[in-house]
Amino acid sequence: MDALLNILISKANYWLYIILMMIGLYGIMVKKNLVKKIIGLNILQTAVILFFISVGAKEKATIPIIEHGNDTVHAAVSASHYINPLPHVLMLTAIVVAVATLGVALALVIRIHQQYHTLEEEEILKRIQET
Amino acid sequence: MVQQLPAIIVVAPLFASFFVFFFGWRNKHLAFPMAMGGVSVCVVSAIAILDTVIRQGTIQYRLGGWAPPWGIEYRVDHLTAFMLCLVSMVGWLAAMYAKKSIEKELPEKICLFWSLFMLLMTGLLGIIITADMFNLFVLLEVASLTSYALVAIGGSKAPLASLRYLIIGTVGASFYLIGIGYLYIATGSLNMEDLRLLLPGMYGSRVVQTAFVFIFIGFAIKIALFPLHSWQPDAYTFAPSAVSVLISTAVAKTFVYALIRIIFSVFTLNFIKEILPVFGFICWVAALAMIMGSIFAIKQTNLKRMLAYSSIANVGYIVLAIGLAPSSTLGLTPAVMHIVNHAVIKGCMFMAACGFIYRYNMWDIRQFTGLGRRMPYTSLAMILAALAMIGMPPGVGFITKWYLILAALEARGYVFVVVIFISTLLMIIYFWRVIEIMYIRPEKENTFPGKPGVNEIPASMLIPGLLLGILSFVLGVVWISGTFHPLLYAINTGFGFGGTP
Repeated sequence: MDALLNILISKANYWLYIILMMIGLYGIMVKKNLVKKIIGLNILQTAVILFFISVGAKEKATIPIIEHGNDTVHAAVSASHYINPLPHVLMLTAIVVAVATLGVALALVIRIHQQYHTLEEEEILKRIQET
Repeated sequence: MVQQLPAIIVVAPLFASFFVFFFGWRNKHLAFPMAMGGVSVCVVSAIAILDTVIRQGTIQYRLGGWAPPWGIEYRVDHLTAFMLCLVSMVGWLAAMYAKKSIEKELPEKICLFWSLFMLLMTGLLGIIITADMFNLFVLLEVASLTSYALVAIGGSKAPLASLRYLIIGTVGASFYLIGIGYLYIATGSLNMEDLRLLLPGMYGSRVVQTAFVFIFIGFAIKIALFPLHSWQPDAYTFAPSAVSVLISTAVAKTFVYALIRIIFSVFTLNFIKEILPVFGFICWVAALAMIMGSIFAIKQTNLKRMLAYSSIANVGYIVLAIGLAPSSTLGLTPAVMHIVNHAVIKGCMFMAACGFIYRYNMWDIRQFTGLGRRMPYTSLAMILAALAMIGMPPGVGFITKWYLILAALEARGYVFVVVIFISTLLMIIYFWRVIEIMYIRPEKENTFPGKPGVNEIPASMLIPGLLLGILSFVLGVVWISGTFHPLLYAINTGFGFGGTP
């Protein structure tokens, strides 16, 4: 029991990312409304982003800004004292990609709504078969 | 100038995309010449890069002057240079073809189309040339997002097809991103060359193995490998003609290339030999794709949809070639060959199929009676490509199948030889049906509106199609003659394979 609890707590960030990812995939696969599918997609992308960000964190570390100034001493910089900034920077780009994807998806949803006057996938398929 | 070529080949279409949008907005007649200029710069620099690589070996280009593990690096070896040439040339032909077809199908969106077209070329050439895992992800999304938009500007059902493509494609890209994350956790690096050096100690690690699975599945979605193909037929069918041509050739092949690059350059052969059972599984999935793709193709009556399912079968061929690569001395030769061959064949077929739509708005195979006499040259291109794909010697399809069978025999995968034969038989069934209706059945009354007699598509659409059709046989002779063998040898040795081409 203790071992299990240990695994759950020490790897909490991974569990969170897995749960979010599963929620996202569930939304994409099960929901019939197109906007709900897109929300699921966004949750999936957010899960990946949070996963990357949590990877950069360290215990007892500070923000990765090295102090330079007239009254501070140039101490030797040890990487273990700073949070790893690289995953965060990567995720800035990934967020931009996610936003662009969301924009394109919503634009497509507007086009689909203009055409079929509904966003329920089953009704759209019914209307396609009617024509 | 020559040292800057790896950057120019990506930057040129990016700037062209911007200028096309800016100037084309005011005067739409400017859009095509500017886009064509951009693609031509790509073709010329791709050829110059290939020449340099053959003479001097691998080119390493540091963006912004930052040294590799920290900065982004562009790395051009033989396979990269070869793929740059293929994609830029196919893009050039597709652009040539697109001019008239877009003017007819989307007269009010010409400027937007060319702007997106150039952005797509940027993404594709960037994917091929980059040596950084995360940079590859960004360019992958640039290429994917532009393909979603390009598919969506097509006809009535296109937005729904495009949205499905977007949802499934983004899941694929996210899986790839998770794979990168696992590799980063394990090694702390994103540069491909650096990863190749850092990974060997960790081949047994579950993190690295999971990363491989995530990356493979992500790309399997993007290349439409059989059980994950559901977005592909709709996207190919409802996209505008010129877009079908481009997506089925340049885009699909670039994603396959990226998969090969990551499997063999980042994970390397030694890793694959440790997880060889997985590669056996990949071979089986590919075999399933070859059979199922062809069976679905037989059921279709829409020509574009039939070609889309045929593409699924052909992706199966390429993945089978990848799967057999570690256990045969032929290495990547069949895979590289089929990437080129399929780009040529499928490009030609989509050009012909969209030519029928352009002239007579015909997409249903059952209506095609007498088409062979009405549009003789377009039909000729279609038939040349169909014969080449079925495997008539010396067509390119015959060469691929020959090498694949050799590889399968060497790897003792006798089942796959049978699968190749069965899939060839199925191909004959669905292509023969088209040929039979087009040439042999008598023409019905009133099938063709407009003037009687020959009524061909414009020369700027016909010539690229015919060129690819003839190329599908000429290229077969070129493969046999051994002109490319030094190049194939260099590609194989570059990835650590034995080296017989």
